[in-house]
Amino acid sequence: MSMRAPVANLPIHFDDVSFAVHGVTILDRINFAFVPGAPSVVIGPNGAGKTTLLRLAMGLIQPTSGRATWGGRTDAPLSRRAIVFQRPVMLRRSVAANLRYALEAAGVSRADHDARLGELLALVGLAELGDRPARKLSGGEQQRLALARALAKDPQVLFLDEPTASLDPAATKAVEDLVRDVAARGIKVVMSTHDLGEARRLAGDVVLMHRGRIVEASDAAAFFNNPITDGARRFVAGELLI
Amino acid sequence: MLTRRPVMMFAALTVVATSAAFAQDKSIAVASTTSTQDSGLFGQILPAFKKKSGIDVRVISQGTGQALDTGRRGDADVVFVHAKPQEQKFVADGFGVRRYPVMYNDFILVGPKSNTGGFNGTNDIVAALKTIKDKGVTFISRGDKSGTHAAELALWKGAGIDIAKDRGPWYKEIGQGMGAALNTASASGGYVLTDRGTWLSFKNRGDLVIAVEGDNRLFNQYGVMLVNPEKHKHVKKELGQAFIDWLISPEGQRAIADYRIGGQQLFFPNANSPGAQRRAAPAAHAAIP
Amino acid sequence: MPENMSALQLVLTGDPALFAIVRLSLVVSLSAVLLAALIGLPFGAWLALSRFRGREGVIVVLNALMGLPPVVVGLCVFLMLSRSGPLGSWGILFTPQAMIIAQTILIAPIIAALTRQTIEDLWLEYRDELEAMNVGTFGRVATLLWDGRFSLLTALLAGFGRAAAEVGAVIIVGGNIDGFTRTMTTAIALETSKGDLPLAIGLGMILIVIVIAINAAAWSTRRFGERMAG
Repeated sequence: MSMRAPVANLPIHFDDVSFAVHGVTILDRINFAFVPGAPSVVIGPNGAGKTTLLRLAMGLIQPTSGRATWGGRTDAPLSRRAIVFQRPVMLRRSVAANLRYALEAAGVSRADHDARLGELLALVGLAELGDRPARKLSGGEQQRLALARALAKDPQVLFLDEPTASLDPAATKAVEDLVRDVAARGIKVVMSTHDLGEARRLAGDVVLMHRGRIVEASDAAAFFNNPITDGARRFVAGELLI
Repeated sequence: MLTRRPVMMFAALTVVATSAAFAQDKSIAVASTTSTQDSGLFGQILPAFKKKSGIDVRVISQGTGQALDTGRRGDADVVFVHAKPQEQKFVADGFGVRRYPVMYNDFILVGPKSNTGGFNGTNDIVAALKTIKDKGVTFISRGDKSGTHAAELALWKGAGIDIAKDRGPWYKEIGQGMGAALNTASASGGYVLTDRGTWLSFKNRGDLVIAVEGDNRLFNQYGVMLVNPEKHKHVKKELGQAFIDWLISPEGQRAIADYRIGGQQLFFPNANSPGAQRRAAPAAHAAIP
Repeated sequence: MPENMSALQLVLTGDPALFAIVRLSLVVSLSAVLLAALIGLPFGAWLALSRFRGREGVIVVLNALMGLPPVVVGLCVFLMLSRSGPLGSWGILFTPQAMIIAQTILIAPIIAALTRQTIEDLWLEYRDELEAMNVGTFGRVATLLWDGRFSLLTALLAGFGRAAAEVGAVIIVGGNIDGFTRTMTTAIALETSKGDLPLAIGLGMILIVIVIAINAAAWSTRRFGERMAG
């Protein structure tokens, strides 16, 4: 994986984006652009619309109204962005085969597979488990393998949907360390969480969502030390947003 | 990764299947009747022919009507059946080259030991059929356009009964082979016309016994014909004719005569007897108990 | 088969005719399963993933075809392969190949329909990952078939069970020729018509034992594979 200068301008833009399913509004007129730099953390209670926001940004779904664009296009290929889902699906094969599959899908030439495989397994700390069936891994290991699969694309932006939601503290730490490593390599990380502590530990900037809207978006220091909106103040203070 | 292994396994299996099919290239298909098959005659005579000629005979056993149809479609090289008028028509229509008489056996009427018809042990088939109709005794008909079915219909006609009109609930057409008809008769206590060969080798008799036998009108002649190569180019005429020639040769005729079940001879070769072209050879039946 | 022997005696004495019949039954039915799998697996998977007008209709018809009467299939194949039919020049009526063709037609819809159901369920689970990884249609079909392989084994077994059990199609296109196209089921039909009901029942039991053995083998393969592949 090459080191890259931090992304100067992120190609993701939301113009008046709404998303509804069966008439229920999930996202409500979002106008937003992610900023480059350290990880952006999308935070908010369950049901705030975090996952939907990431899926729109990833290009997996299209808005009901408005435009979600990558590099100005609504139909841009998914080749420069990758995602790790909250519950990643392990293919029914070995750890190494999962990763080879992702390399193949990313269009990496076969000749480079072995080298990239070793590199990625080492990065996510699964070098010893290459032959293990992926479905036999623990939750944290599965999350790290999914991260390695996503990195196989060598993405410009990496989306992580609540990557530590169901992990114990040790596994959480391993994933968070990995997120820092990835960010340090110049890949823009956009992750969601409902854990305020995790946001404090990782965020370069914070996007607070509530009921399908962005309540406040600012850099992490400003968000935690000097929240502007009433909602952000209450959230940072540890109150429940309902 | 997904497709390669099954494809190879399939290829291997296909090779097995096709090699089984083509290993014996010297083979002919013979469309014949269930009575010859079910009686076990072929099991007796075909190995002898194979040993002599090296030709593998594949017998498809059907009703006579269906067997003639198989010949008509060109799906067999030789037809070996027992319904003389239909066979003559087959040759006259140009589907068969020539009809050779081969052997005969006889039909018998079998029915329940309890003698529901009251004619068990007699030898007048016409009287028996009239009684069946008058009393409404259960009667099982093949109803499958087989040679036996054709013989049964001819016998009704001979008894002055128009079965299409006079039939009642006592007359049950099952549309199946000889064995199935015997199974049905055995299970329902009915009478049924059968060839003696099938009867002798039939194992599920239950209460069935021979009711009527020895009538001249129960004579059952078998004929064999080569399917006309002019109609169907692929017919193996040399191999097929070789089989026919062997059947009517002294050696083939002896093999037929030698086939016995429980000491009883089932088929009586008569390829070279002038009587084969006529009806009945009553004296021969004396030999059949 | 020799006269006056019970099925048990035939097995115990290693009767070659019996084993030829068993072998032919297995060769015909397993070949048909493999051919039908080559058709049914990709088609079922494709149908699971595709969206087009009339798709629902195709699914209904496919599900209905699972109940194709063997006799009808046999008759249609017979008419095609007869010397007087359009494919008569192949000259394969009354051969094992004809039986394989008939059984393939009989069970391909079963395998395709069950595959469609299995793959559609699996697709719900895999959809996000495969779309995010940019996997094309062909890759999706291949991936879902491979990852669904243990469930799909059940579809193949259903096809095999149907093929091994049916008599209507093979007796019409095979002709039940002794030593050449006689299978377990046509032999059972023949012994029944000869009134040798004990032998027919005995052969039926042998057939059932073989089918159970094959299912047991497939089941252990599945269990073992699942343990290995997770």
